[in-house]
Amino acid sequence: MSAKRKSAAPSLDKALALRLLKDMLRIRRMEEKCAELYGEGEIRGFLHLYIGEEACATGAVHALDAEDNVVATYREHGHALLRGVPMKAIMAEMFGKVSGCSRGRGGSMHLFDATRRFYGGNAIVAGGLPLAAGLALADKMQGIKRVSVCFFGEGAMAEGAFHEAMNLAALWQLPVLFCCENNLYAMGTALARSESQVDLCVKAASYDMATFRADGMDVGEVFAATAKAAQQVRDGGAPVFLELQTYRFRAHSMFDPELYRDKAEVEKWKERGPIHSLSARLKAARQLTEKQFLALDAEVGVEVDEAVAFAAAADREPVSALLEDVYSPPGAGA
Amino acid sequence: MKMSYREAMRAALHEALERDPRVFLMGEDVGRYGGTYAVSRGFLEEFGPERIRDTPLSELGFVGAGVGAALGGMRPIVEVMTVNFSLLALDQIVNSAALLRHMSGGQLSVPLVVRMATGAGRQLAAQHSHSLENWYAHIPGIRVLAPATIGDARGMLRPALADPDPVVIFEHAQLYNLEAELPDDWRCDIARAAIRRAGAQVSVFAWAGCLSKALQAADELAAEGVDVEVVDLRVLRPLDAETIAASVRKTHRAVVVDECWKSGSLAAEVVARIVEDCFYELDAPVARVCSEEVPIPYARHLEEAALPQVSKIVAAVRSVLNV
Repeated sequence: MSAKRKSAAPSLDKALALRLLKDMLRIRRMEEKCAELYGEGEIRGFLHLYIGEEACATGAVHALDAEDNVVATYREHGHALLRGVPMKAIMAEMFGKVSGCSRGRGGSMHLFDATRRFYGGNAIVAGGLPLAAGLALADKMQGIKRVSVCFFGEGAMAEGAFHEAMNLAALWQLPVLFCCENNLYAMGTALARSESQVDLCVKAASYDMATFRADGMDVGEVFAATAKAAQQVRDGGAPVFLELQTYRFRAHSMFDPELYRDKAEVEKWKERGPIHSLSARLKAARQLTEKQFLALDAEVGVEVDEAVAFAAAADREPVSALLEDVYSPPGAGA
Repeated sequence: MKMSYREAMRAALHEALERDPRVFLMGEDVGRYGGTYAVSRGFLEEFGPERIRDTPLSELGFVGAGVGAALGGMRPIVEVMTVNFSLLALDQIVNSAALLRHMSGGQLSVPLVVRMATGAGRQLAAQHSHSLENWYAHIPGIRVLAPATIGDARGMLRPALADPDPVVIFEHAQLYNLEAELPDDWRCDIARAAIRRAGAQVSVFAWAGCLSKALQAADELAAEGVDVEVVDLRVLRPLDAETIAASVRKTHRAVVVDECWKSGSLAAEVVARIVEDCFYELDAPVARVCSEEVPIPYARHLEEAALPQVSKIVAAVRSVLNV
């Protein structure tokens, strides 16, 4: 857990490293702005920030193909953004506007983009696992070569849906990459207080499934591990379990007073912050200057500002449309 | 052609599997065992294990996989052995299947069909005799069907599969051995209730396992000169309020028969609709015949006493007619 820990991943190509750095920054700055807007009352409901965990979505998503399916959780802003959902559409969704990526019907926890095969945005812990198995089943039955990637937290591994989906996927040899973002706390319950087996790979392996583990604070390691795991799913057609060990720097949601963990623990993890450690490494390797970093950050800041301006100016859906999208429009065929 | 409810359902499934390669059947013991109620016997041999898919005992997992497969372009028919076991899958039906279209702002469709047996009457005791259709009928985003006739057993699946939204089909377990003539035109409009017997003096609303009891009650009452209209609700969500109101406007009296427990039952919803839509048309208070508020007991005489029966329906009709 030292900030000086060497990455287990092969050293990153410079161009890729800069892309990863920028994408982590995009998630970070977007969410910092969301927290600010929450304070101002522009964003309401639950808001679960991913701050601290950005290396997971960033490394993983960069290792996927554009055609792969992605199923995520209620802490999915970063996954949605990096799968290509425009920041403007995400921000407008947070504002509850009709130009949001779910027309303002979903909010922070239910970001969707069907054209990009991004299947949410699921606020039922472990609810996405059976869906991912089903998406993979559909692909397999239709002869489509594609990986269904399912992100979930370690808290999901205590749910029945986890076990049922893992069993089905392994039994039927479905091309699913089960990607566990282990941030050590299921809301406020520490792993050891909720699981008899805290080695999550051991748990997953009981389904006769290959398992991988990576340092979820190191984007290069996440990228390499995901690429390897996804390739194994693609080649073998069978599911693989990948654990990314990470940490949430902010509260569970905006209502969480964080009574369950020490401030010192949080500070210790922050030393390993994924953005800070990658930029430090790039600077040490003379691949990035402070000036370049600030320019990158400023570029991201412009994107965030534009997204907020778009969301603020966007229209609200008229109340006359309230009952739309409960059922398909009359005459729509399956 | 005379056929059983089981054969009609089987013919509908067979047709669906033949017509559309995206259709597949999955559930507990649908394959090698031949289906708990023998509806899919022989399908495994004919269509193969990819399309007739035996599942582990994982209702939550395989119903959720059905939702995912529907999102992924297939047309899954998921069989849940009974409504009692469907409680283990409720999360995926209520929190995923029913909500995905709305939560995604209309981007996603879940063309999933879930079939399950329901109802009591076979001395299977409390954990195998529930009628919880009202739970499902409460949920916006799903369509709930209850075929009670040979024609509907044959005809409901095709439009259910053509529906881009999730459809839950309740098959009352007492009906599988029912035999009747298959009508020439068995096509089914899954938006509409059906008048099974036209009458002038009182409307009896029933569905699923209670329809045949309502019709029998109507026969008995006809012998006494009472002219009963029997309406098969058959679409439990969205309710066909128009047909319900039209019948009450004609007869001015109503009895609702429902195998659910009375408190919070679907019958309660039907009565509320009648009161809201045609209160001033009523010549008498509306009556309900529901299951007694007790877990369904094993002992035959107690089970019979707990359920809606022909005699109770006859008595209720007499009470609203004051005869």
